[in-house]
Amino acid sequence: MENKILNILGEIRPEFDFRISSNFIDDGMLDSFDIITLVTELDKAFCISIDGVDIVPENFYNLETIERLLVKSGAQK
Amino acid sequence: MNLKFKNKKISGILTILPAHEVSFEQEMGNYNFPPAKSLKLKLAMGYNKHRIVEGNVCASDLCVFGLEYLFNKCFLKKDEIDALILITQSPDYFMPPTSNVIQGRLGLNQDVFCLDINQGCAGFEIGLIESFFLLEQESVNKVVLLNADVMSRKVSKRDRNSFPLIGDGASVTIVEKTDRDLAIYANLKMDGTQSDALIIPAGGFRLPSSPETAVMREDENGNFRSKDNLVMKGDAIFNFVQTEVPPMIARLVEFAGVRMEAIDYFIFHQPNKFMLHKLADKMKVNHEKMPSNIVESFGNASGVTVPTAITFNLGSRLLEKDYKICFAGFGVGLTWSSILMNVGPLGFCEMIDYK
Repeated sequence: MENKILNILGEIRPEFDFRISSNFIDDGMLDSFDIITLVTELDKAFCISIDGVDIVPENFYNLETIERLLVKSGAQK
Repeated sequence: MNLKFKNKKISGILTILPAHEVSFEQEMGNYNFPPAKSLKLKLAMGYNKHRIVEGNVCASDLCVFGLEYLFNKCFLKKDEIDALILITQSPDYFMPPTSNVIQGRLGLNQDVFCLDINQGCAGFEIGLIESFFLLEQESVNKVVLLNADVMSRKVSKRDRNSFPLIGDGASVTIVEKTDRDLAIYANLKMDGTQSDALIIPAGGFRLPSSPETAVMREDENGNFRSKDNLVMKGDAIFNFVQTEVPPMIARLVEFAGVRMEAIDYFIFHQPNKFMLHKLADKMKVNHEKMPSNIVESFGNASGVTVPTAITFNLGSRLLEKDYKICFAGFGVGLTWSSILMNVGPLGFCEMIDYK
């Protein structure tokens, strides 16, 4: 799951290394429009639909929070 | 607030869109972002092309054009009109009311009740509810509901948050009494504590326009706009819609005693494709029952998106038979409202270009 997420993040913002940040938002690696693109790609990659109310910055802070969100949304590990 | 009406119907819908069409790619250079990033967003949000007015075309111009079309086609007669309701956020003037201007330009009867209402994305629903209220009067038999906005004139062309999705347009919806005894269910809610989530800060009496309010400044996301321009807190609006709209629809169908499966179409306001898909998924509604192609085809013209979605997606089918439709609008105010009613067969249901 982690590798799949990293691949998607790398496609969206290839200039950053997402393995070394604990807060993508505060570190300026993802903005709100990146999150929309990320959700669209995650939905497709994991065959889920992330609930609109869960599309808040705190669920996209780092790999761990994104993974937790995906599991909550029904993605298989 | 829940509302119930009887013996009212929509008898025709006309959408008037500016003929001038601009593509996202044509405007991409105005935004302070790498083209590759903008193109990714285009796919996710459904940006493609939008219709915007040229020069100083006003809301009344679009409305007069549409009404003259209906008079010429004999879809509507001047002396049948008892009330003219205009829902707009872009009036021709602070005063007089634009509905009076339209009445004057068309030479309508002095008995016509003209009313302007300042509403945006929920403007079609608010306008229908007002029309139903008026039709409770014995002397009111036919209401002309006008939705019109030319908001592209108030959005900064260097604001990627708002400009790619904005559209201009107008619609004419004829609402009248009927002997058919089908109930119409509606609800609406408002939250003025978040009135700054979607706002044009300057230009009213609180902060009159001045050289200072016209200065363009860059926001934290790289968009340029002035205080004379529309500003939208996109995150707050998205969160509001996802939080409030699904429970609103649940309350409406419960109030109406109707199952979700019995509803033929969910014609919702369309801020962008992403937001609508998320709503449909949450409500477990098939995407085909909730059209989301208006922003990509024409842009978001506030209260005009719902009538545009009807004329564009259902069009002539509504001339033949009726469908059970759930309408919903949500946005500026904040305001959110929904209506469940049977629509059709209509006398007309079409789109025309304003040239």
